[in-house]
Amino acid sequence: MCALGYDHMGTTTLTKPETPIRIDRGGPSGGGFGGDGFGGAEFGEARPWRVPDRAYRTAMWMGLTSIVMLFAAFTSALVVRKGLSDDWVSFAIPRILWLNTAVLLASSGSLEIARRALAKRIGSSFTGWLYATTALGVLFLIGQWTAWRELAFHGVYLASNPSSSFFYLLTAAHGLHLSGGIIALLYLVFRSRAITSGLQRRTAVDVAAIYWHFMGGLWIYTFFLLMTRF
Amino acid sequence: MALALALVIALITLATVAVFAARIWWFPAVISAHGPAVDHQIVLTMYVTGAIFVLAQLALAYLIWRHRDRGDGTRARFFQGNNKLEATWTIAAAILFIGLNLMGYRVWAGLHFMGAEPGSTQIEVWGQQFAWYFRYPGPDGRFGPTHVDKVDDATANYLGLDRDKDQDSKDDIVTSTLAIPVNHPVQLILRSKDVTHSFFVRELRFKQDLVPGMIIPVHFTATQTGRYELACAELCGLGHYRMRAFLQVLSDEDYKKWLENMAAAQ
Amino acid sequence: MAEVVHETEHRHEAPRGFIRRYIFSLDHKVIGIQYWFLALFSVFVGLTLSIFIRIHLVWPQAHIPLLDKLSPTGAPHGQITPEYYLALLTLHGTIMVFFVLTTAPQGGFGNFALPIQIGAEDMAFPRLNMLSFWTTFVGLVVIMLTFFVGDGPPISGWTAYPPLSAVGGASGPGQAVGQNLWIISIAIFCVASMLGALNFIATTLDLRARGMSLMRLPLTCWAWFITAILSLLSFAVLLAAGALLLLDRVGGTSFFIPGGLIVSDKIINHTGGSPLLWQHLFWFFGHPEVYIAILPGMGATSHIVSTFARKPIFGYKAMVGAMGAIGFLGFMVWGHHMFISGMSPYSAFAFSVLTMAIAVPSAIKTFNWLGTILGGKLRFPTPMLFALGFVSLFVTGGLSGIFLGQPAIDLFFHDTYFVLAHFHLIMGVAAIFGIFAGTYFWFPKMFGRMLNETLGKIHFWITFVGVYAIFMPMHFLGLVGHPRRYSEMSGFEFLKPLIGLHEFISLGAFITGAVQLVFLFNVFWSIFKGAKAPANPWEATTLEWTVSSPPPHDNFAGKHPVVHHGPYEFGVPGAEKDFIMQDSPEKVTAGN
Repeated sequence: MCALGYDHMGTTTLTKPETPIRIDRGGPSGGGFGGDGFGGAEFGEARPWRVPDRAYRTAMWMGLTSIVMLFAAFTSALVVRKGLSDDWVSFAIPRILWLNTAVLLASSGSLEIARRALAKRIGSSFTGWLYATTALGVLFLIGQWTAWRELAFHGVYLASNPSSSFFYLLTAAHGLHLSGGIIALLYLVFRSRAITSGLQRRTAVDVAAIYWHFMGGLWIYTFFLLMTRF
Repeated sequence: MALALALVIALITLATVAVFAARIWWFPAVISAHGPAVDHQIVLTMYVTGAIFVLAQLALAYLIWRHRDRGDGTRARFFQGNNKLEATWTIAAAILFIGLNLMGYRVWAGLHFMGAEPGSTQIEVWGQQFAWYFRYPGPDGRFGPTHVDKVDDATANYLGLDRDKDQDSKDDIVTSTLAIPVNHPVQLILRSKDVTHSFFVRELRFKQDLVPGMIIPVHFTATQTGRYELACAELCGLGHYRMRAFLQVLSDEDYKKWLENMAAAQ
Repeated sequence: MAEVVHETEHRHEAPRGFIRRYIFSLDHKVIGIQYWFLALFSVFVGLTLSIFIRIHLVWPQAHIPLLDKLSPTGAPHGQITPEYYLALLTLHGTIMVFFVLTTAPQGGFGNFALPIQIGAEDMAFPRLNMLSFWTTFVGLVVIMLTFFVGDGPPISGWTAYPPLSAVGGASGPGQAVGQNLWIISIAIFCVASMLGALNFIATTLDLRARGMSLMRLPLTCWAWFITAILSLLSFAVLLAAGALLLLDRVGGTSFFIPGGLIVSDKIINHTGGSPLLWQHLFWFFGHPEVYIAILPGMGATSHIVSTFARKPIFGYKAMVGAMGAIGFLGFMVWGHHMFISGMSPYSAFAFSVLTMAIAVPSAIKTFNWLGTILGGKLRFPTPMLFALGFVSLFVTGGLSGIFLGQPAIDLFFHDTYFVLAHFHLIMGVAAIFGIFAGTYFWFPKMFGRMLNETLGKIHFWITFVGVYAIFMPMHFLGLVGHPRRYSEMSGFEFLKPLIGLHEFISLGAFITGAVQLVFLFNVFWSIFKGAKAPANPWEATTLEWTVSSPPPHDNFAGKHPVVHHGPYEFGVPGAEKDFIMQDSPEKVTAGN
């Protein structure tokens, strides 16, 4: 029976100074290193294990694909529902949606300014622009709510017509996901000092930015869908 | 252990094949024009899958027994694969399975890619929780409109016909048995009052869902007189297990008489 | 660069306190075991439901004790009513598919073994992992709640087709609150699955140890990886469908409900929706779901067969490719559940050709398992027995799919017991055998103790023969045309002669169900009293067998493994032993 695995790990001398090694995904091999030269775990040398930044990005992109699938499902439901029946009544999209779109795009802009400030280590600027982004996000949601109120005022509710059902459904689904993004931004604001000083990784900012920009893109798609298919 | 496993697998395999081959439980005699082709495809598939079943399971059983560790200290034969073999059996499997599928094409096409023949006997089939109703258009050959607010099971107005106001409804015949003439193409128009049901007559080798909101035409020709059970084959609620009606295949004469009787009873 | 951030430093100190160690643990090993126990509980619930089903089918008037306490209206005097029968089968399917087959193989074994097999200290996101588990747990609580609230669980089957599932209480008992809770439970489960999938994918791609290239990954890791991708993409669609169904039920919308319906004398005030839309959305999820259920079992079988045949897996690359093909094609065949649904017959034909295509990679896997055994030196501990059982059952269950995938044949077999035979053999048995194989294989590593071999073998033999006894005859019921989901045979003349076959099946079910108690006993006894497990009781090669049983908190005691070999280097000519561990510096290699 095989004994504990460490026995046959031999000793090889370390020739590089000890720095935390990022597990990069360069080529086909897991570490980008060849087989035998670099002995790996040395007895007595416990390197702190780090989850590479890359993992957070992978997870974020993967998470976005599942959101894409959610909206793809809603889109196909819309296409089928509209095509199969003759009770679809189009209605004019509340005009405030244009303003909301501008607000959301602006928030992507302010987030990018924040990130640039972070790269230059200007802590106050970073935090300030984060606040601005969050505020614009909240303003967007208020604008969406206003659009809903406007529709309600005209007697257009969730169940009024399949077209209004999808309107409320899509805007609600997007808004819900955006709210998650706002919570993430608030978290970043809360941790901005640690991030600026380097105590906490900037990955959190990068990954939140990917999500936020995606929410902007998703809104553009949803807006386009509402404009053309309704 | 190896021998036991090999034997058990082999026994299960042979017992299974024996029961299939003996046709102890089998589908009932076919009574439709397209039915024999369905049966042919089923039996063909049975031969193919049966052969694969026997070969695969017996190979598994044999290899398990043959390559058991006899404790003689030798090692396994070392090989990691064989690309040629992989390619061969991949292509063979693809040809076999897809080929089998394409062979069944004609049956499906005949049933669904073409419409009913002109002059087919048209009958509407209605499913509801938990009964079947059938509507014949009557001499005018037209089905009157149905009104959901006029449905009243208590007065046997199952379909919500308004015989006073709607001209076409006046001669419609609503029954709880489906009678059709033998050797005559029939078109059924499937509709549902409430939830999804499914029309299944085993002897016809035919099944089709009744979907609320849809009007689904299907067609077949019955080739054998007799009385056959019509079962619901899509979960429709607590009475699903007893949602039964009868399909009566009648000679032309008997069919005419039956229709007259039914018309008189409306 | 400043000190490494505190959150990662804390992670790998072992936690203290019962709550942090066993309840709200961040350790993937504990979380994996938690998932496994959740599935264990769920499978016994599901099994009990199936016993009630089998009792009712052969003795419809039977008085089942305590059932009248659970549901006075559903089972007065303990006699199951037709509606309660449907409630039982709805929850049987729901609990088994979601809380057993989608939980144990992936959440259970995947969580436990993946990080160690790839040489990592934990999953990429331990907190997300913990959240995924507890969210799944909440989902289970909600579905179990349906037994106790309103007028019981829904009766629309695990497939919940509208309008039956959409029009509320009018369509039957359990269709009000029960159906709402069902939808909520499933929605919660969807979220939990997707969060879990993120962890699996990021971990597999980004946390592999040095030398652990993708082509050196054990096939179990490939299976978990592909399964995670399927989960990520398909559960989102189920979530969408569930949201639409819930809106139809409580929001007054008409996504799935057409106009002109009258249910139980009540005119339904909806219009324009399409029941078929639900079916498309559900099965777009539902078909990948069954591959989610079986792929980890395939990975485990490949792994275990290779280990106990003392030979490399035959055709490693083809195995990876086949799993990928199954995953990919799995998204294109959903319409084969809908041949009879009223969907376009042309689409039906297209779906059927693709369905036949998916049989090809399945065949490749079977050939390769046989090729692995060929020339091997087979050992037969219990994990190997279940893995070999998997192969046999996968062949049997898969072959009945060849019938169902042809629309001309499906029009006879659709919604009959033939379908039941097919999916039970594939999921209810083969996938379960994968779980058993994984349990017997990894139990020593999970709990530091060996399961009792004798009890294991008893469990295997009776279960293996038993499942064939239960599900083979269902093909015959299908041949006669026995429809599914019928609570009794009293409604039709042609069903009455089949009662004998039903009695045989039920007998098989009672015996096989009973022997699972042997397994349960074995598990709990061995956790406390089993023989202490060495690091590598099976002489296996992958990284989890290089560390103690159970592993240290951070898996590798502060060391970082370096991988020099592929995962199945058994019987390599010239090697010192008949196996080479993946991290062994031994120069002789299979050349991977």
